[in-house]
Amino acid sequence: MNLRRILAIAYKETLQVWRDPRSLAIALLMPLMQMVLLGYGISLDIKHVPLCIYDQENSQTSREMVQDFTASGWFRTTAILNSDHGVRAAMDDGTCIGALVIPVSFSRVLAQTGQAEVQAIFDGTDANTTNIASGYAQGVIAQTAATFASRWDAQHGVRPPTAGSIGLQSRVWFNETLDSRNFIIPGVVAIILALVGAQLTSLTVAREWERGTMEQLISTPVTSTELMIGKLSPYFVIGLLDAAFCLLAAAFWFEVPFRGSVFTLILTTALFGVVVMGIGYLLSVRIHNQLGASQIALMVTMLPIAMLSGYTFPLDQMPASIRAISLLVYARYYVTILRDEFLKGSSLTEMASSVAALLLYAVAVLWLAARAFRKRLD
Amino acid sequence: MNNGAAVIAQNLVRSFGATAAVSDVSFSIQRGEIFGFAGPDGAGKTTVMRMLAGVLRPDSGGIAVEGIDVIANPEGIKSLLSYMPQRFGLYEDLTVAENIFFYAELFSVPRKIRLARARELLEAAGLSPFQKRLAGQLSGGMKQKLGLVCALIHTPSVLLLDEPTTGVDPVSRRDFWAILYNLRESGVTIVLSTAYMDEAERCSRLALMDAGKIHYCDTPARLKQAMPGMLLAITAADPRAVRAALADAPGVLGLLLMGDRVNVRVDDAARRAPELRARLDAQNIAVTGISRIEPAIEDVFVALVGGGAPA
Repeated sequence: MNLRRILAIAYKETLQVWRDPRSLAIALLMPLMQMVLLGYGISLDIKHVPLCIYDQENSQTSREMVQDFTASGWFRTTAILNSDHGVRAAMDDGTCIGALVIPVSFSRVLAQTGQAEVQAIFDGTDANTTNIASGYAQGVIAQTAATFASRWDAQHGVRPPTAGSIGLQSRVWFNETLDSRNFIIPGVVAIILALVGAQLTSLTVAREWERGTMEQLISTPVTSTELMIGKLSPYFVIGLLDAAFCLLAAAFWFEVPFRGSVFTLILTTALFGVVVMGIGYLLSVRIHNQLGASQIALMVTMLPIAMLSGYTFPLDQMPASIRAISLLVYARYYVTILRDEFLKGSSLTEMASSVAALLLYAVAVLWLAARAFRKRLD
Repeated sequence: MNNGAAVIAQNLVRSFGATAAVSDVSFSIQRGEIFGFAGPDGAGKTTVMRMLAGVLRPDSGGIAVEGIDVIANPEGIKSLLSYMPQRFGLYEDLTVAENIFFYAELFSVPRKIRLARARELLEAAGLSPFQKRLAGQLSGGMKQKLGLVCALIHTPSVLLLDEPTTGVDPVSRRDFWAILYNLRESGVTIVLSTAYMDEAERCSRLALMDAGKIHYCDTPARLKQAMPGMLLAITAADPRAVRAALADAPGVLGLLLMGDRVNVRVDDAARRAPELRARLDAQNIAVTGISRIEPAIEDVFVALVGGGAPA
């Protein structure tokens, strides 16, 4: 192995990426776009549900309740209404998908009996959203009731026979807010790296065949290992930068709690980077045109990773045969590692099996890629 | 193995599917020669060049370059060789200087030597002012000269050029050949293929190829001597009519249309010239002149190999 040749190839490749708008776009824009699209687009929870308020009473207590709804973050007030008509109209024109109706006698009944009813109306056309939103509404109301109950306590010395007295305390581990984003974002990071990495490297060798530069290149003393290392190293750096961007966005923008070690994160990310780049390179060596190589790279990364990495669809709920296939999907190990790193703060030894699987993949892929390239035209 | 031979090829055979691109080709090239493969497209020139460069394996046969067996050890020759493929093989999105740097590094040219050599070669190629230009923005001739500069940055002992001057303007072609002649002085063996017969004439030895075979291989002068018959050039307003009229005339061995004249190969120039003129007069075909000329390689190729004349 000759370091000068490796550096020469790495330098040349860097210049080419820098001057190729398509590669640059994949390297720089794709992670950003995907982070936004997948990070926001694929969420199993709903935030800021547009809510209309029909407060028939307009008392201090009723306003407090409205306050609780908007303060929760699950809802945002889009209109203040003053008739039943208005509710219907607002739902029809899409101003809101839910309405909170507070009856005229709300605070009076509550003060007298310790219990009162409010009405929440939801647009049932999107059953899933409605389900979730009505769940949130229950939560908010329970909270208001609890506040009311403690006040009642202070005034009367006894608890009222209302929901406010329910003492159920639920606590969820790792994802306390049960925020599906915390579960999905690490998967999104993995899928972006897999996609971008394989896309970038899938072009690199195919480009040389397509443009006719390979014939001259293989007539030089460069070895296939030198070519592979030289070509992959600039993409590896780009991949790590992309990874840093995605991981920082996950931690600071999407506010996924990070409890692991940065060192472990960098190490495992680098390992995953090698696997991903190696797979793209392997495809590029085998398929001599850029379009074909990038299409296949998209197919072999996107589909299995979306379906079988556990990034959205939990693996433990799949049939055994499918789960067995998922063992081959290299991204699942990184998805597992990222989740463990972020949410649990697991150590390398705790994640040994996933790390070992990635390592095995990295070695195998690089070995195959170095061997797959032959310095011949036939 | 012959001490003076830089390249020896024995019974090379290579086919692609059912097509035999090269069938049983043998030759030996002396050190310091400019050896040319001449022939029309599809004659098998590129396949031979690729096999010499070690980037294509022959189905059978043997190649030795500088005493190294190319089939057994294709990597062994690569630091001795420079190969310029027919299709432009450099990076169009890199500048002239970056391409040169890249190839200098691949061949581990010491940095001090690289700078001096690059300057000298760029000067000779007339590319000095264009060092910062992207290779893709060079003209066809400049591209080929850049290819030559990159091929020569590491002082190869054997230089393989596959149709290096196809599509190159006359000025660039002259620069190109000036560099090649200079190289020969320093003992580099140059192997090139060409479809241009005027260019073939510049080679020290020439292999006439057609349909995957070498039909004749000798110096241009001796190839000309080997041509049977003599050559008459008949200039006329309508050379096509001349060719048609003389196709079956007695003593005519071959006809080759050359722009405004027809080269007529005859068994005896002195005897046939008046006969042919009389025949043309009889058919009312105006002739501006008939004279005996020395054959060019093109005439020799058509006479010896026959078939469609290469460009």
